[in-house]
Amino acid sequence: MDVATGLLHGFALALQPLNLLWCFVGVLLGTIVGILPGLGPPATIAMLLPLTALMNPAGAIIMLAGIYYGAKYGGSTTSILLNVPGESASVVTCLDGYAMARKGRAGPALGIAAIASFVAGTVGVLGLMLVAPPLAKLALAFSSPEYFALMSLGLAMVVLLAGRSMVKALLAMLVGLWIAGIGTDVFTSQSRFTFGRMELLSGIDFVVVAIGVFALGEVLANMESREEAQVLPVPKGLRNLLPTMQDLKDCRFAFAQGSVLGFLVGVLPGAGSTIASFISYGVEKAFSKRRHEFGTGVIEGVAAPEGANNSETGGALVPLLTLGIPGSGTTAILLAALVLWGFKPGPLFIAENPGMFWGLVASMYIGNVMLLVLNLPLVPLFAQVLRTPIYVLYPLIIGISFVGVYAGSGSLFDLYLLAGFGLLGYLMRKLDYPSAPLILGLVLGGAMERALRQSLMMSEGSLSILVSRPISAVMLALALVVLMIPLFSRFNTWRLRAMEQEES
Amino acid sequence: MRHRSPDFWSGLALAALGAYIVAQARGWDYLTDDGPGPGFFPLWYGIAILACSAWLVAFGKSPNADWRGTGRALATWAAVALSVAVVKVVTFAVAFGALSFFIVAVMYRRPPLVAALVAICTVAGFYLVFPFALGVALP
Repeated sequence: MDVATGLLHGFALALQPLNLLWCFVGVLLGTIVGILPGLGPPATIAMLLPLTALMNPAGAIIMLAGIYYGAKYGGSTTSILLNVPGESASVVTCLDGYAMARKGRAGPALGIAAIASFVAGTVGVLGLMLVAPPLAKLALAFSSPEYFALMSLGLAMVVLLAGRSMVKALLAMLVGLWIAGIGTDVFTSQSRFTFGRMELLSGIDFVVVAIGVFALGEVLANMESREEAQVLPVPKGLRNLLPTMQDLKDCRFAFAQGSVLGFLVGVLPGAGSTIASFISYGVEKAFSKRRHEFGTGVIEGVAAPEGANNSETGGALVPLLTLGIPGSGTTAILLAALVLWGFKPGPLFIAENPGMFWGLVASMYIGNVMLLVLNLPLVPLFAQVLRTPIYVLYPLIIGISFVGVYAGSGSLFDLYLLAGFGLLGYLMRKLDYPSAPLILGLVLGGAMERALRQSLMMSEGSLSILVSRPISAVMLALALVVLMIPLFSRFNTWRLRAMEQEES
Repeated sequence: MRHRSPDFWSGLALAALGAYIVAQARGWDYLTDDGPGPGFFPLWYGIAILACSAWLVAFGKSPNADWRGTGRALATWAAVALSVAVVKVVTFAVAFGALSFFIVAVMYRRPPLVAALVAICTVAGFYLVFPFALGVALP
């Protein structure tokens, strides 16, 4: 199916009234989640995942993807009005966005964030549409050794970019592999790490870990403080939210580079939207005529990162849908969602499910338009969400977590596990262990072990099969190089600086 | 003072996990006639956990974690764990209502009336949305 035909089919599916409704629900929820500090898209998607079992898979993936990219629109609102990022991808937007708001230019800052998000988000979807099908065809040549090598490379990049301490990121990933290994071995029916509990024979449900580590862990971390932040006022009326022609002219380069860089960074596993926004901000500052004014309320300083973090979504879906390799915690949950509904993301996904792929692509074009409409005139309304008392919000999140876990299995044992993983998520935050490698290790662990064991069966136990095939050898060599990068002090300094900036 | 740093203790806990994994994996087939056995993969990641955690114990620097507020977070976790433990006995409505009341009244020091209102409204909202509107069972 060529691109034009595929896209037409996709729009036919995405424009069905029910799918339009799910798209709207997704982007609306995404915007709200993005606005609320302390509740990110991975937690929300994980909480809602069990409930999507009742839905048509096309509608469900359209809604979950809507939450994913919608949150990036909403995150900027909190950054600009509160100086607190609604989600990590909007950290850098605080620098100039909040400064603009303090100067009385909250309206244009919110406006340019929405416009940049729309432009770059659309470019990201365009990139996904053009890059994913040929990449999937290329990946058809992959067999078990290549898959093992690809997963190793993906995990290596995630580990490299996931936190300040590489050892801690590695440990988190290895613990994820261990959790994935709990249950019955599919090759020999040997039960592993079940502690004699019948409930563990079928393994630990991914949703339980994801909700525990992300949603409950986040709530516990936020419970440490009793304070509620003060919101700056939002100007009323669409005219006050629109940037001037001069603003738009100033942001031309930011729109373009944010779109392209965001997409490219998104394709790389592990890099993620936070890094995309930092790189884009850095490039914009480096090439700007008024680079010394950055941080004092420069409109390009809002447009560039907001564009990059939205374009990154399209890029991040490329390895997920064509190779079955997620690059972040959120895409790992989307991968689990697709598997839950009976799909197998990978090289055959687009060929076997063209409606699903093209429907998702078309829904993202539609969703971006919906988000532009929602985020320009309705932004004062959304800002009211920030006034929701947190003492009401947190019990709601905990309750939805309970229901999300229980709805999937009907087992109270899973609720005990949820409490345990919630504590684990909190302790990981406190002790500076990144959670994304744990989730990725968990999602990829089973497939990685299968690929390795199948490879060794093919070679009758010889590990040389992993390095004698060219694609696999190159990818394993790259994984090794990636893991050795921190030894080079210059790169490591850059990496650590990026992490510190993100934290501050 | 390194031996009292959070890195030291977390490294030690992970080393114990690594040792457990390796001990378990050694009890399973490493290689079978058909290829690698169930002990193959766990043995290697168990060894990797041991190696990384040993590094953390020996060289890990304290992350300078801010422990203020940890008591609040752990108290909330204990309340969550307790509500999960008693949900079968006292029903979801009571367990979750009590948890909500605790968060609002104790953790956020709001008046008992406000806390009771929040608890009743959230429980009622959950029953309306999940079992009645969506047909999803509550714990």
